[in-house]
Amino acid sequence: MKYSYFPGCSLKGLGRAYEESLLPVMKHLGVELQELDDWNCCGATAYMAVDEVKACVLAARNLALAEKSGLNQVMAPCAACYLVLNKAKHYFHDYPAMKATMDRALNAVGLHYSGDTPVRHPLDILLNDVGLEAIKQKVEKPLKGLKVATYYGCQIVRPYATFDDQYNPTTMDRLMEALGATLVHYPLKTKCCGGSLTGTLPEAGIRLVYILLNEAKKRGADCIATVCPLCQFNLDGYHSQLKAQYGDVLVPTVYFTQLMGLAFGLSDKELGLNRAAVPFKWRPPLPAAATPVPA
Amino acid sequence: MVSIKQDIRIGFYVCHCGHNIASMVDCPEVASYVEKLPGVVLSRDYKYMCSDPGQELIQKDIKEFDLNRVVVASCSPLLHEHTFRTAVAAGGLNPFFFHMVNIREHDSWVHTDRKEATAKAKALARAAIRRVAHHKALEVKQVPVNPDVLVVGGGIAGIHAALTLANAGKKVYLVEREPSIGGHMAKFDKTFPTLDCAACILTPKMSSVGAHENITLWSYSEVVKMDGYVGNYTVMVKRKARFINEDLCTGCQECVANCIYKEPKFTDEFNEGLGKRKPVYIPFPQATPQVVLIDPDVCLNFKRGVLTDKCKKTCVEACGDRKAIDFKQKEQFTEIKVGTIIVATGFQTFDAKRVLPYGYGVYPNVYTAMEVERLVNASGPTSGEVILRDGRQPKAIGIIHCVGSRDKKTNRWCSRVCCMYSMKLAHLLKEHTGAEIYNFYIDIRAPGKGYEEFYDKLNEEGVHFVRGRVGEVTDWGMTPEEEGKLVIRVEDTLAGFVRRIPVDMVVLATGLEPQADAQDVRRLFNMSCGTEGFFLERHPKLAPVNTFTDGIFIAGCCQGPRDIPDTVAQAGAAAAEAMVLIDKGHVEQEPNTAYVLPDCCGCKSCLPLCPYTAITFDEATKKAVINEALCKGCGTCVSSCPSGSIAQNLFEDEEVFSEIEGVLAD
Amino acid sequence: MVKSMTTPPATKKATVPTRSSDRPNVQRPGEESVPIMKMRPTIKYEADRVRGFGREIMSVPGCEQLQSCIQCGTCSGVCPLSIYMDHTPRQVMALTRADFKNEVLRSRTIWLCASCYACTVECPQEIRITDIMYELKQRAILEGIFPKRFPIPILAYDFSEMVKKNGRITEMILVIKLFMKTSWLAALGNWRLGIDLIKTGRFSLVTEKIKHHGDIARMMDAVDDQKGS
Repeated sequence: MKYSYFPGCSLKGLGRAYEESLLPVMKHLGVELQELDDWNCCGATAYMAVDEVKACVLAARNLALAEKSGLNQVMAPCAACYLVLNKAKHYFHDYPAMKATMDRALNAVGLHYSGDTPVRHPLDILLNDVGLEAIKQKVEKPLKGLKVATYYGCQIVRPYATFDDQYNPTTMDRLMEALGATLVHYPLKTKCCGGSLTGTLPEAGIRLVYILLNEAKKRGADCIATVCPLCQFNLDGYHSQLKAQYGDVLVPTVYFTQLMGLAFGLSDKELGLNRAAVPFKWRPPLPAAATPVPA
Repeated sequence: MVSIKQDIRIGFYVCHCGHNIASMVDCPEVASYVEKLPGVVLSRDYKYMCSDPGQELIQKDIKEFDLNRVVVASCSPLLHEHTFRTAVAAGGLNPFFFHMVNIREHDSWVHTDRKEATAKAKALARAAIRRVAHHKALEVKQVPVNPDVLVVGGGIAGIHAALTLANAGKKVYLVEREPSIGGHMAKFDKTFPTLDCAACILTPKMSSVGAHENITLWSYSEVVKMDGYVGNYTVMVKRKARFINEDLCTGCQECVANCIYKEPKFTDEFNEGLGKRKPVYIPFPQATPQVVLIDPDVCLNFKRGVLTDKCKKTCVEACGDRKAIDFKQKEQFTEIKVGTIIVATGFQTFDAKRVLPYGYGVYPNVYTAMEVERLVNASGPTSGEVILRDGRQPKAIGIIHCVGSRDKKTNRWCSRVCCMYSMKLAHLLKEHTGAEIYNFYIDIRAPGKGYEEFYDKLNEEGVHFVRGRVGEVTDWGMTPEEEGKLVIRVEDTLAGFVRRIPVDMVVLATGLEPQADAQDVRRLFNMSCGTEGFFLERHPKLAPVNTFTDGIFIAGCCQGPRDIPDTVAQAGAAAAEAMVLIDKGHVEQEPNTAYVLPDCCGCKSCLPLCPYTAITFDEATKKAVINEALCKGCGTCVSSCPSGSIAQNLFEDEEVFSEIEGVLAD
Repeated sequence: MVKSMTTPPATKKATVPTRSSDRPNVQRPGEESVPIMKMRPTIKYEADRVRGFGREIMSVPGCEQLQSCIQCGTCSGVCPLSIYMDHTPRQVMALTRADFKNEVLRSRTIWLCASCYACTVECPQEIRITDIMYELKQRAILEGIFPKRFPIPILAYDFSEMVKKNGRITEMILVIKLFMKTSWLAALGNWRLGIDLIKTGRFSLVTEKIKHHGDIARMMDAVDDQKGS
């Protein structure tokens, strides 16, 4: 199994812990990843607001590069990248005018995109290509007793539900169960974290973060597992403000790949667990009464 | 120039149809063009050919100008072919020396360029002129109609149609799939807007059906096969095994009381799963027929539906000398012959689980409207007390309209009854619980008699109406008063802001949709379906209970969502339509039948192709023979005959080819 | 006070000029209603419409379905941010379709949209509301209709410029630039977050750049050429 890998800007910046955990976990499972040579910004949400056509053109360059790499499929771990690349692909097929623009822009830099390359999320690859059985076999330290709230956020299931259910996604749930963790019923699993509004309009953005954390805490989650660097950043980074404004809602937020790494017996350091503002420490076997102690 | 047989004298008439045709087609020009065509003796344009003066004009001209062929260019033959054939016959000609051209639906209504449309009208007229020259005199055949009627489906539609026919002295077979007739209406508590008790008005009709000498009621049965044609249908009915001899069972229910299971413990379908029943049971107290049945999936005398005979059979003991219980009963097939069929197979309610944001099946206190019908019903599982699944009494209730209606992701049509039944349930729930009640609606649709007044009444009762389609129902609270409640998040679109409303109970007003097996039923009775899956009427305005198959009628919600008054009216109409055929006694058959030419080589390839099994093989002559009474004129055999030895009246080769040449000629 | 720290002034400045319809939708506990009653007509005349605006939006790829909106309010009901909006998403749809361009482009609704697509997947008429919001944001940026120092369009614009120049985003540089252009106080409000980022090794000011960064500009030029031609 070999895929072209599109990290996106976040995984090199604020979300580097995602990459730091994703790469060893995939390696552990025998999945080969080859970083896309000279990839550029996907065209993300903020760009869409300035010029949707150009955003799609940016995405198209990455798709064209992926095609050129000779590896048939591209893996995009960041939810925003995953959406934008898929969206550009949809537009390429649905709107002839959009396709013409993309063709023209790519032509200007000597690239070509045929419209085929599947864009896939790591969860999709893990569940459908690697398979839960293979994952279970690699589990050395089951996450027994760990109560996880799975949080998918918006953009991997909306608006294009590709590999999971739009309303009630379960891929991460099944994955967590395979790792031995206990699921917390978390009805907010696809609710919005506020995205960049936490920075631009904090009053509105941080309130959404509060709702997510508060509900996870109320339902007894030891941690929230995410699939998106922005979600992780928002849920992890604003606890001092939250505490002042609403009260303490301290729950650590980790990438699902970090939990996988722990179950596979990799060390905290290898998995970038030191990168979070709210530290997550967990060692099996865990006495029933002990919960992660916030620093 | 094309030669036309010497003795052909054609009269041509082009109709203005008011402005319908004349606004897009230059009718006088068409008339003067056709006048010059060979064989045409006279050509006229006239404002309304279908009017009495128009028809008289044809009759007069036939005599005066010695016409022997007539062509009318006007609307669709579906509407007026019969009118003009009658006029031609009145003029003294064989009615099949007539041909009709459709320059309205096929021309003026679908084009925007007057010049082009006029040219098209000329081409169509020219084709008809050439064709009609080859027409032959034909005779209409008459076939007797079997006076017995089959009604499929024992809901209120089927019940009403069956009773109407039976009261008029017709023999009716009523076939119902469930163990009892009554349909959805039997489950309702009250009916809107009058709040009559549904059972009080329905059960008298149900028992009339059971007792009527002209009705043969087969419950727990299904139609599996239908053959034949209008007036003469042969139908196979499967009678499922209920393990009770219907003739011997008196409905005493001693067997139920003495079942080895002391307490009811299996899901009760009639109560929407809110109550329990035993393996031997009667669906509800007023069930018709008053006959019990045994569910082999849960009865101890069976294992996974297979008889084991391992139970003590206390039921058999209780039944005693009546000997009505028959564990060895097998399903039976019975063939009946009828002349007409009324299909009244009803609807199914939308599966609320399909709208995930409303949490049906996730949150126990989210109910469907049908469940609430049972919950407020005095004979329901809680004897009419509104007690939630968690044992509480609700203090605030939200009723969400349009669940599975007006939604392109599920069903895009309006289900027509949900606004009204939601208001009815709001009234009943208010009456039973005194709770605060919110209706969440997109638009209130109350267009029936007394419906708007009912809406007024609800407003006066203090029921809240919030205009907005609910975004989601959740169990997470943001304020202390929301804790432990179901929270409805919705935009109050008339106020212009978003609200969060905590409630104890949510009622989903699920829409109506075609039965899951509607497509099978459609094929069975040779009907058509609209895109949404409801059976298609022949004409949306003028033939609402007819189908495209003669002698097969539809009534009730199988044709589309409707309320009880409309259903009953339509059932009556279907019964009347059936009686039109029965009382006339015969049907006329269009003589467009196929016939075998002498050069048939006897290859038999046409035999399996005929959908009406009208073709047989004559071993003596070694040729195919077509039964004219059975042939429906579909043309399949004509086009498939390898030696071209089958022809069809009204579609002879020379008729069709000359018509094609006429269209293509200049 | 703590409260002023968590509600940075940037937000307050960000409010769009008040109009009659701009009253905050939700009165939170402890908030006093404003006693001053300023008279201002809310009526709209046909001259207030910018005819053709609605059609124009509906002709953009992805926005076509707007014409079938039934104003049910599902979008607002599921929108996590509708509680802060001056016009609910449903109202934005109605205003757009009815050609009230100025009202729409001045609405803070379009900026509050976080692109979570909840409205798009829930809409019973399959209207791609998020894409319409994108289109409206683009129009507002193009026409310069947004308050000075309003962070969202500034972020969007800086983002696009940085991509055009480097091909990639360096998040910390982007954020610092944003604070410089909008409000230093907001940056101060986030001091704790900044420290956390430094402590966890995520605070990096090394510019991320692609090898062929000229490619991006050439592609954008190709798009602009086509638009111009």
